[in-house]
Amino acid sequence: MSSYEARFKVWRGDVQGGGLEDFEVEVNDGEVVLDIIHRLQATQAPDLAVRWNCKAGKCGSCSAEINGRPRLLCMTRMSVFTREETITVTPLRAFPVVRDLVTNVGFNYDKARQVPAFVPPADLGPGEYRMMQEDVDRSQEFRKCIECFLCQDTCHVVRDHEENKPAFAGPRFLMRVAELDMHPLDAASETGLDRKQTAQDEHGLGYCNITKCCTEVCPEGIKITDNALIPLKERAVDRKYDPLVWLGSKIMRRST
Amino acid sequence: MSVVDRQEWDVVVVGAGGAGLRAAIEARERGARTAVICKSLFGKAHTVMAEGGIAAAMANANEHDNWQVHFRDTMRGGKFLNQWRMAELHAREAPDRVWELETWGALFDRTKDGRISQRNFGGHEYPRLAHVGDRTGLELIRTLQQKIVALQQEDKKETGDYESRLKVYQECTVTRILKASDSGSAAGGSRVSGVFAYDRETGRFFVLEAPSVVVATGGIGKSFKVTSNSWEYTGDGHALALLAGAPLLNMEFVQFHPTGMVWPPSVKGILVTESVRGDGGVLRNSEGKRFMFDYIPDVFKEKYAESEEEGDRWYEDPDNNRRPPELLPRDEVARAINSEVKAGRGSPHGGVFLDVSTRMPAEVIRRRLPSMYHQFKELADVDITAEAMEVGPTCHYVMGGIAVESDTAAARGVPGLYAAGEVAGGMHGSNRLGGNSLSDLLVFGRRAGWHAAEYAAARAFERPEVSDLEVDTAAAEALRPFSAEGPVGGEEDGRPPENPYTLHQELQQTMNDLVGIIRREGEMEQALEKLAELRVRARRAGVEGHRQFNPGWHLALDLRNMLLVSECVARAALERTESRGGHTREDHPTMDRKWRNINLLCRLADPTGGLAATDPERGQIDLVRETTDPVRPDLLALFDKEELVKYLAEEELYQ
Repeated sequence: MSSYEARFKVWRGDVQGGGLEDFEVEVNDGEVVLDIIHRLQATQAPDLAVRWNCKAGKCGSCSAEINGRPRLLCMTRMSVFTREETITVTPLRAFPVVRDLVTNVGFNYDKARQVPAFVPPADLGPGEYRMMQEDVDRSQEFRKCIECFLCQDTCHVVRDHEENKPAFAGPRFLMRVAELDMHPLDAASETGLDRKQTAQDEHGLGYCNITKCCTEVCPEGIKITDNALIPLKERAVDRKYDPLVWLGSKIMRRST
Repeated sequence: MSVVDRQEWDVVVVGAGGAGLRAAIEARERGARTAVICKSLFGKAHTVMAEGGIAAAMANANEHDNWQVHFRDTMRGGKFLNQWRMAELHAREAPDRVWELETWGALFDRTKDGRISQRNFGGHEYPRLAHVGDRTGLELIRTLQQKIVALQQEDKKETGDYESRLKVYQECTVTRILKASDSGSAAGGSRVSGVFAYDRETGRFFVLEAPSVVVATGGIGKSFKVTSNSWEYTGDGHALALLAGAPLLNMEFVQFHPTGMVWPPSVKGILVTESVRGDGGVLRNSEGKRFMFDYIPDVFKEKYAESEEEGDRWYEDPDNNRRPPELLPRDEVARAINSEVKAGRGSPHGGVFLDVSTRMPAEVIRRRLPSMYHQFKELADVDITAEAMEVGPTCHYVMGGIAVESDTAAARGVPGLYAAGEVAGGMHGSNRLGGNSLSDLLVFGRRAGWHAAEYAAARAFERPEVSDLEVDTAAAEALRPFSAEGPVGGEEDGRPPENPYTLHQELQQTMNDLVGIIRREGEMEQALEKLAELRVRARRAGVEGHRQFNPGWHLALDLRNMLLVSECVARAALERTESRGGHTREDHPTMDRKWRNINLLCRLADPTGGLAATDPERGQIDLVRETTDPVRPDLLALFDKEELVKYLAEEELYQ
């Protein structure tokens, strides 16, 4: 194993526009794409803008698209590419560019605010909560989410349809609704809040046609479609007929 | 002439990790209009990296646990240098802070009877860490983030505006804490009046005016080459407080976590959680020996197993066996690993072996340590259910920090300034126990927010003024790296500008090699010389491009903070002629009881100088010794006399 020169194309520009810029850059054993972006900053392009924090796949900051596929820069090893391959790095397509690889992800923070918070049970004080592990497993799976927003970026409901954004929370925040709905002690219903109903009526669950793109890009391996979205649809269907649930159950049967 | 945008708040919290968010929640709930300002996106703070858990004596896993036992463990872990009042408050209040998280939606792993599960960790007598697999920090940050959103939703209902009482300014960096010029002096007066910041995205400057500022910026790890810390950890809060006139306490104590990844090079330093050992993982050298049994220091001899058999029995029967030495406090384990590698018994890539594969079934490993399984699989091609990990020490945490009042978290000497979390000093003494960080964030984050809100409320009608002069000075300092503006930064004396990335790399190498895990007088003197040279060169750090999201510029500004903090670490480490906790001197290898009650305080040498680095040769830091208050008798009475003799000087024992 040794170092070699790789060819990179990195999108550079801002809200006014931009394009792919070519770089030749050293790659060493064991490196990830983020290492290469950092090397470009240190040696060739000191003002190359990129978001990153933990460099260990835990914070979800360094989301971008590598060869067109939404990924974390810090968890994409260079060894998955051949040495001859030109590697193209572009910003997340579903969000407006700020500069270079940095996009404005404000959409997600707006959506987060629209999901009503956990409602604590009125009759239990701090320290009195009792929940069985098997009852929290499912919501815990959703709470593994590192908010990298790759699922929000890849979801075709908004990826190529800016006009759907106001009505659609996206997989991450529909999953948040599911998480709260499945929380064993959430007391939302006692306050007259029906979370399943709001998923359908306010967060655009009906737009989702369960193509599982979100699950495919999730770096945490959360089964967003199967475990969050479809159960939410199945519960909502009691009140409202949704043909996609029927279709989804067929797809699931075929793939398992 | 100043056209910098200004906004008024009651409390400004700098930093949005666990301590900052907990402070903001408290301040807002006590009625203060509160702004949070953070370098990253909301919810990305370094707290997400915490893996193992939150230490709190809830006694869910062992009924004998209580705050007194937790206090004792904390003092032992810190080798009795802790501010004992902080350690007491921390141990008493931690359970309430954890239970409160559940009412905000947190979902911890459960015991069989449905309570919060607690796991073993180094230095803790009983299983004490509330956890969620090995991603506890993420759960903590997400819960606090969602609580903030819940408060904003309440405010929206009442006022029509999510941000009327609580606002997060994300991706913004504070470069100066501003102070009111009471006497009209240009150098700034005594009280806090707000902060000066820039928006990373646009590069625009702005001022948040407030009588109270809570600093909760975390640590300093980015001054070291091998570290588990992210880019954010550039010692900003430490430096901001110093520049505002507050002293830093015991900066020589830097924790090197014993287990960071060592291979491949690009991931060197990334944390391998202590839970691996807490759940049964063992350390072996190249000869296959569990070497930790050879490294149990005298002060801990009675508490740890003497044989592998006893250590192994402890996991099932902790009441009749002693814990394995792999669970000694972190400083002990880190030094032991260092010694093994030095003696030629290391692993192929310069670490030692950490093995769970022979200790637990694969499926248990994947369930209890999912992030570690994932991390090694993805980044190192290592399947930890089938083979050992290679690990070595990595710079992880700074015990030193802003000197604060124990009860109020108020920074000493600067009215209106508060500090909580890693940036505050004292709580952990010379070494922090795993799990005590997340509880520290919650306990003192809340206290800082509470007292900052009270302080602001008392001054509602006499808000300190921010002077234009101070704002202009701060703006000029921040623009310095752009040669096009202000005095030509890059070409002062005809020399080419310095590359900030190169300067940063040299700084990291210097601190790593010369003020690292094992320290020597000559090397630290050399480090101080190198720091002086870097300070001079950093004045010429130049950047390309413009102010919009320009990482080169951001780094050039962060260099000021890293250089200040590094000097504090090096000077304090040179001064303390003993080895204790996160400070190991090869030339003074033992703990000296005479140093037990000595604190080292760092202050800015020339607080009126405005711009830092006024005299690069002499240095920017003055160091003074201070004797600590004696430990309260009822707290001392929690220990056996025979144990106290090992730590306390004669005169302290018989007071």
